[in-house]
Amino acid sequence: MVRGSLGKLASRALSVAGKWQHQQLRRLNIHEYQGAELMGKYGINVPRGAAAGSVQEVKDTLKNVFPSEKEIVVKSQILAGGRGLGTFKSGLQGGVHIVKAEEAENLGAKMLGQILVTKQTGPQGKIVSKVYLCEKLSLVNEMYFAITLDRNTAGPLIIACSKGGTSIEDLAEKYPHMIIKVPIDVFKGISDEDAAKVVDGLAPKTADRQSSIEQIKKLYELFCKSDCTLLEINPLAETADNKLVAADAKLNFDDNAAFRQKEVFSLRDTTQEDPREVAAAKADLNYIGLDGEIGCMVNGAGLAMATMDIIKLHGGTPANFLDVGGSASEGQVVEAFKILTSDDRVKAILVNIFGGIMKCDVIASGIVNAAKQVDLKVPVVVRLEGTNVDQGKRILKESGMTLITAEDLDDAAEKAGSEAVNPKLF
Amino acid sequence: MAASTRRASQLLGSAAARLLHARGFAAAAAAAPSPAVFVDKSTRVICQGITGKNGTFHTEQAIEYGTTMVGGVTPKKGGTEHLGLPVFNSVAEAKAETKANASVIYVPPPFAAAAIMEAMEAELDLVVCITEGIPQHDMVKVKAALNKQSKTRLIGPNCPGIIKPGECKIGIMPGYIHKPGRVGIVSRSGTLTYEAVFQTTAVGLGQSTCVGIGGDPFNGTNFVDCLKKFVDDPQTEGIVLIGEIGGTAEEDAAAFIQESKTQKPVVAFIAGLTAPPGRRMGHAGAIVSGGKGTAQDKIKALREAGVSVVESPAKIGSTMFEIFKQRGMLE
Repeated sequence: MVRGSLGKLASRALSVAGKWQHQQLRRLNIHEYQGAELMGKYGINVPRGAAAGSVQEVKDTLKNVFPSEKEIVVKSQILAGGRGLGTFKSGLQGGVHIVKAEEAENLGAKMLGQILVTKQTGPQGKIVSKVYLCEKLSLVNEMYFAITLDRNTAGPLIIACSKGGTSIEDLAEKYPHMIIKVPIDVFKGISDEDAAKVVDGLAPKTADRQSSIEQIKKLYELFCKSDCTLLEINPLAETADNKLVAADAKLNFDDNAAFRQKEVFSLRDTTQEDPREVAAAKADLNYIGLDGEIGCMVNGAGLAMATMDIIKLHGGTPANFLDVGGSASEGQVVEAFKILTSDDRVKAILVNIFGGIMKCDVIASGIVNAAKQVDLKVPVVVRLEGTNVDQGKRILKESGMTLITAEDLDDAAEKAGSEAVNPKLF
Repeated sequence: MAASTRRASQLLGSAAARLLHARGFAAAAAAAPSPAVFVDKSTRVICQGITGKNGTFHTEQAIEYGTTMVGGVTPKKGGTEHLGLPVFNSVAEAKAETKANASVIYVPPPFAAAAIMEAMEAELDLVVCITEGIPQHDMVKVKAALNKQSKTRLIGPNCPGIIKPGECKIGIMPGYIHKPGRVGIVSRSGTLTYEAVFQTTAVGLGQSTCVGIGGDPFNGTNFVDCLKKFVDDPQTEGIVLIGEIGGTAEEDAAAFIQESKTQKPVVAFIAGLTAPPGRRMGHAGAIVSGGKGTAQDKIKALREAGVSVVESPAKIGSTMFEIFKQRGMLE
């Protein structure tokens, strides 16, 4: 199904928004076919479908799962929206197609292993490792359904709209009255009344009311039991046989809950992530790759963003966002340094640490050890302040490393910018 | 006096002394006004998770700073001593024995929400939760419970804590950068707050109270809660607000500042203005909040409320200093 996307994201977590927020939050995102499998486990109606990672698997799926279908929906599986309107780098238009069953294999071959670029992927696009083959449903009606955690009501909030599909964003702006919101008491859970209110808001035309109520309750159960931060079904559709079906779903999971959601988190697809970010995640570092020239290592998301801001104010370009966090070990600092120095675009590195829980001597030892292990080709500007600052500064001094020390934020950004353009030491 | 009489009067004396002490304590407790901005030298703090690595380090630092640390809680270690302080099995026991009215939580994410609930049930005045990484589904329950009562205030989670320089430090902030003074600071960030502190100390203004409200979506205290206190606190003559992109906390703060008609200068910095625009995922977030959340929106709202929003995070202190100077607030 073709889906649009809403413009501004406003839910807050870890105090960042936009790309930062999504990355920073490290909310697990899973593929449509994985979402369908998970929903199926909870008894939620999903279209019949199977994922295929190779042309042979496409063939087998057609034979075993869809032997008698005349038409099949073939959907590229990438972790971004806007697939329907996207374009493959190979030239193929559209990441989602409804085709005659005999054309499915060919189409699958054209999609698998190719890069799909959509409004949400950025110009570099994302690789299609699997396609999802689904039954073509005869849909009577398309609605919108989502559950999220709402700060105002301090609990789960169900959002429903009797009109779903691509233009939900426009709908939200033009006809906000068609959207209903049902807050759920987080201690009591979803009641039959709550679920009935949602179904009334969805206003299905033919779907059985009681079964629809049950479907809503199952969706809520999945949302809570899997630690979802967002569960969005667009479209939630009615089929010709009076069922409510989750025709397409987007599920985000709270990374903070990984320790108790091992099965869900094993679904993570690292091929959809920047390899630098995958490496950083392995070392439990919060890293986002950008395309500037000044590599950054900072402790704290707010300070890291502020460091980006001030680098740009001084005319430089940040190569990345990297938050070593409050309890980074020396090993993690070493890993962070390695990732920064392995980025070819980086012309200077700025380490800006204001130690609270993070201790300056730990950072300093990490930098010194990293420099020993890595072939340091770019100048490093270091600004340290906070807990154990004197020990930290001493460690750096005694290391004999060629470092440029900065006193404050302005000084640090200026020196990093100037080193990137005109290195004095290398 | 006969020995027995002496002994009796000694006993009586000590009993009386205890009674007077208790009365005096109660009287003192009754007389002490509640802190202007959540904490002051009268705050008596216990540490939940005191025997852990972070709990130990930061309790040591707190004691060194002069915070009145009175005990700690680690289940199964009740009855022992740690860092010269009594350890208890539960918050309720600790409160009963030490008359603590505040707690700081250094408990790992799987157990932190329960620790907050325990402190709430024991009706402490203040709970500061430092822990980062608490599952949102846990925190949403804590938030719902918090909203149903009015005895306990939560600051955090995922925050650096709160400090009244010279009187009480609850959290992980480095004490030495602070100086008792005239500027109230409220921030969503941890380390970026330290920058603002460093700068306001450097220009000689110092801080009245600094509150780190933390970075989680479900938290106990927001900008408006702190601003209300700052506006009424005579020691706070200027306010620094440090925000970030996402959510609507800054817009709510702007609305409050306008309504309050406060004459106190407010300087703000919003981090993330130059961050690249987001990747959109999911429609629900935008529907709920009606499109608010960009740095530009926040800066606009704050400027319309009369707030001086600085472009550079290095100019927070100097900007406040200039305003004080212009208003003749410097000696």
